[in-house]
Amino acid sequence: MASIFQAVGAAAALSSSNSFDSKKFYLSSRKSVSERKGSIFVVRSDGRMSSGRVDKLVTNAVATKADSAAASTASKPGHELLLFEALREGLEEEMDRDPRVCVMGEDVGHYGGSYKVTKGLAPKYGDLRVLDTPIAENSFTGMAIGAAMTGLRPIVEGMNMGFLLLAFNQISNNCGMLHYTSGGQFTIPVVIRGPGGVGRQLGAEHSQRLESYFQSIPGIQMVACSTPYNAKGLMKAAIRSENPVILFEHVLLYNLKERIPDEEYICNLEEAEMVRPGEHITILTYSRMRYHVMQAAKTLVNKGYDPEVIDIRSLKPFDLHTIGNSVKKTHRVLIVEECMRTGGIGASLTAAITENFHDYLDAPIVCLSSQDVPTPYAGTLEEFTIVQPAQIVTAVEQLCQQ
Amino acid sequence: MFQSLDFPGGRVAFTSDMSFIAESSEKRVKCYRVLDDNGHPMSSRFEQVSKEVAVKMYSSMVTLQIMDTIFYEAQRQGRLSFYLTSNGEEAINIASAAALSPDDVVLPQYREPGVLLWRGFTMQEFANQCFGNKADYGKGRQMPIHYGSNKHNYFTVSSPIATQLPQAVGAAYSLKMDRRDACVVTYFGDGGSSEGDFHASLNFAAVMEAPVVFICRNNGWAISTPTSEQFRSDGIVVKGQAYGVRSIRVDGNDALAVYGAIHAAREMAIREQRPILVEALTYRVGHHSTSDDSTKYRPADEIQHWKISRNPVARFRKWIERNGWLNDEDESELRGNVRKQLLHAIQVAERTEKPPLGDLFADVYDHLPSNLQEQERLLRETIEKHPQDYPDGVPV
Repeated sequence: MASIFQAVGAAAALSSSNSFDSKKFYLSSRKSVSERKGSIFVVRSDGRMSSGRVDKLVTNAVATKADSAAASTASKPGHELLLFEALREGLEEEMDRDPRVCVMGEDVGHYGGSYKVTKGLAPKYGDLRVLDTPIAENSFTGMAIGAAMTGLRPIVEGMNMGFLLLAFNQISNNCGMLHYTSGGQFTIPVVIRGPGGVGRQLGAEHSQRLESYFQSIPGIQMVACSTPYNAKGLMKAAIRSENPVILFEHVLLYNLKERIPDEEYICNLEEAEMVRPGEHITILTYSRMRYHVMQAAKTLVNKGYDPEVIDIRSLKPFDLHTIGNSVKKTHRVLIVEECMRTGGIGASLTAAITENFHDYLDAPIVCLSSQDVPTPYAGTLEEFTIVQPAQIVTAVEQLCQQ
Repeated sequence: MFQSLDFPGGRVAFTSDMSFIAESSEKRVKCYRVLDDNGHPMSSRFEQVSKEVAVKMYSSMVTLQIMDTIFYEAQRQGRLSFYLTSNGEEAINIASAAALSPDDVVLPQYREPGVLLWRGFTMQEFANQCFGNKADYGKGRQMPIHYGSNKHNYFTVSSPIATQLPQAVGAAYSLKMDRRDACVVTYFGDGGSSEGDFHASLNFAAVMEAPVVFICRNNGWAISTPTSEQFRSDGIVVKGQAYGVRSIRVDGNDALAVYGAIHAAREMAIREQRPILVEALTYRVGHHSTSDDSTKYRPADEIQHWKISRNPVARFRKWIERNGWLNDEDESELRGNVRKQLLHAIQVAERTEKPPLGDLFADVYDHLPSNLQEQERLLRETIEKHPQDYPDGVPV
C-alpha cells in the first residue's frame, strides 16, 4: 500500500496538489505480484520510494501474529505498536503540541478508556484535559461543541459508536451546522471517535455501523482508519482540522500490529489509500473489510486475477480522484462494506461512481454489504451477516467474466 | 448512638420508620422580590443600581418593547417571514444582561434578544439578521431572530430546544481551564426543562464544578402547553437540589430582583466555580411566535391582565420616576427616537442586497471541498440557462 507522507509542518489542507499522482506511481512500480505481496510502499513527498515489511494478510483480522522474520527490531526503522496504541500516540502528540486539545467521554480518564486509547493520559495531563463524563452522550457531545466554540479542540470518545445515536441531535443540528448558521463566526473543530462495526458476538446494539446514518449531515467529515499507520495519521489530521471530523474505528482492529515511522506524519483526511495496485478490477473497501478483501485477493491472485484494492478511508467526502483513476484503468468495480445494504456507504459510493465514471464501466457496479438485519448474537449467524472472502472471490470472478 | 451505613456515595443514617418523601413540599419555594406592583421597594436591602444603569435599563426595556412591536408588525405585513417577541419578559432580558460583564459568554434559547441589545447590538444589526441580507453576520443562513455575534459573546441561536444547555457547560469548562474571570450564562424556558439535555447539563455542571448560571424563564406556556402539563414539580427551582445545584426563584417581572439575583449568582459561579440555577417567574404576554395565535388556548383577559397590570416595564418606570431619574418628556422622546431609528433600519435592511450565491456553499467547511465546488458550478450553470425560474435580486 502506498500512503502520502506529509513532512512535519506541511499544512494538511484540502488541496488537489497534495493528492496522489497515480500515473507517477504506476510507471515506477512494475514489480511482479509475488515481490509486491506483503510490502508497504511509502511514497515520500520528494518522490523517493522505500519499502518496509508489513504483516501477512490476516484471517479474521482480530489480533495479528507477530511478524515471523522480525527477530532483531533494532536494525529496522520505526517502531512496532498495536492500533489502539497508535491512536493513543497520535492523540498524545497532539495534546503535547497544542494545549487546547482535550478529551472527553465515559471512562476515558483514570480507567484509560474502554479500549485503552486514552490510557495514561489523565495522569499526564490532569482530570480537566482528560475528562470523565456522566452517561449522557447527547450532552457531552453538546459540551464538546460549546467548548469548541469557546476555543478548545475537544475529542469526544463514544464508548461504542452505536451510543452516539443519542448524540445525533447535537451532531446533526449543531456540530455540522453552527459554523454555517453563525456566518462563519464560530468554528467547531471537534473530533468524534469511537469503535463501531460488528465485533465478536456483541449483540445488535453494539454492532452498529453509524457511518451510513451520519453521511448525509452537511458540515462534517468522516474518515475510517484500518491500520496503525493510518489510525495515527488520521487521528492527528482530524485533531488539526478546523472542521468537525468523525473518526470511525473498528472493535476488532484495535490489536493489529504494525511498524510505523518514528518521524512525525499526518495522513490526508480526504485521501483514499492504495492497498494493492492491479489491472483487472477495482475493489473499494474500508475498515475491517479491507482485511477480508486482502484475504480474497490472495486467492484471486492464485487464480490468475490482478485486483486493485483501494481502502477508501475518507467516507465523506469520497476521494473520487483516486477512485476515478482506478475505474478508468480497470473498468470494473466491486464495493465491499460492512454497512447494511440499504442506505449504506456502498450505496452512495455506487451512485457517485455511476454518476461520474459511467462511461468507463464495462459492467454494473457490484456492492457486497451486510443484510438489512440487526446483527444476531449467535456466532454462526453473525458470521453470515458479514461479507466473507469467499463471497468476494466469487463476485470478482463473476464481474471479470462480463 | 449515631448509626449509619457506608454505601458508595458516603455515610447515610438509617431509620426503622418507613416513610416516603412527599412528592412536593406543603409550601412552594418563595420568590425573591424587591419592588411591589407599584414599584415601591419592599425592603431597603437590595442591590443598588446607579441612575446611569437604571436609566439605561429602562430605555433598553422600552427599546425592546418597540422593537418587538415593529418587527412583529413587519411580519404581519409580509415583509418578514417570521418573528417572535419577548413581550412581558423585558425585565428578565435587560436586568439579567445588566448584571453581567461583557466577558460572560451568553448561550440564548431564542427569547433573549434584550441581552444582545444591552451589549450594543444596533437596530440595524437586528434588522439585517431578520431580513437575511448580506450585512447579516449569519450571512442570511438562519431564520429571523436567530441572532449570533461572537464579538458580543452571544452564541448564535439554534432552534432545537435546550441544545444550548450542554454547550453552555462545555463553554464553562473552557473558561475554567483558562481560569478566566468570567462565567457562562444560558437561558431556557419552562418547556426546555423537560428536555433530556436540561437534566444532563445540570448534572454535568455540578460534577464538573463549572461556572454556569442557568436562567429559566418560566413564563407559564410552551406554545400551547401550560406548565401544569409540562411538569408536576414545584416549578424548576426545586430541580436544582436534585442535581446538587444551588438555586433561587425570583420575580422575573421585577427588574431589580432579577438584577440582584443574577449579579449574586454570577459572583458565586465564578468565585466558587459552581453552577447556579435561577428560575425567573414571568408570563409570556405575546403569542409563542408569528405562527401562533394564543387566544386559541388561553383566555384573552388573562393576557390583558399580564400585559397591563403586571407589566414589568411600567413597574420599573414607577421606581425610576419616583427617584426623579425620568420624566414624561424623556419617555416620549425616547420612544419617538427608537421608533424612528427602527423604521429607518428596517427600510435600509429591506433594500440591502441579499447574500451572494457563493454564500450558499461557503462555511459548510473551512475551505470549499471539491464536491461542493461541483455543486456550486452546476447551480450556476442551471441559473444561467433558466434565469426566469430563479429569484432576481440575488447576486450570482
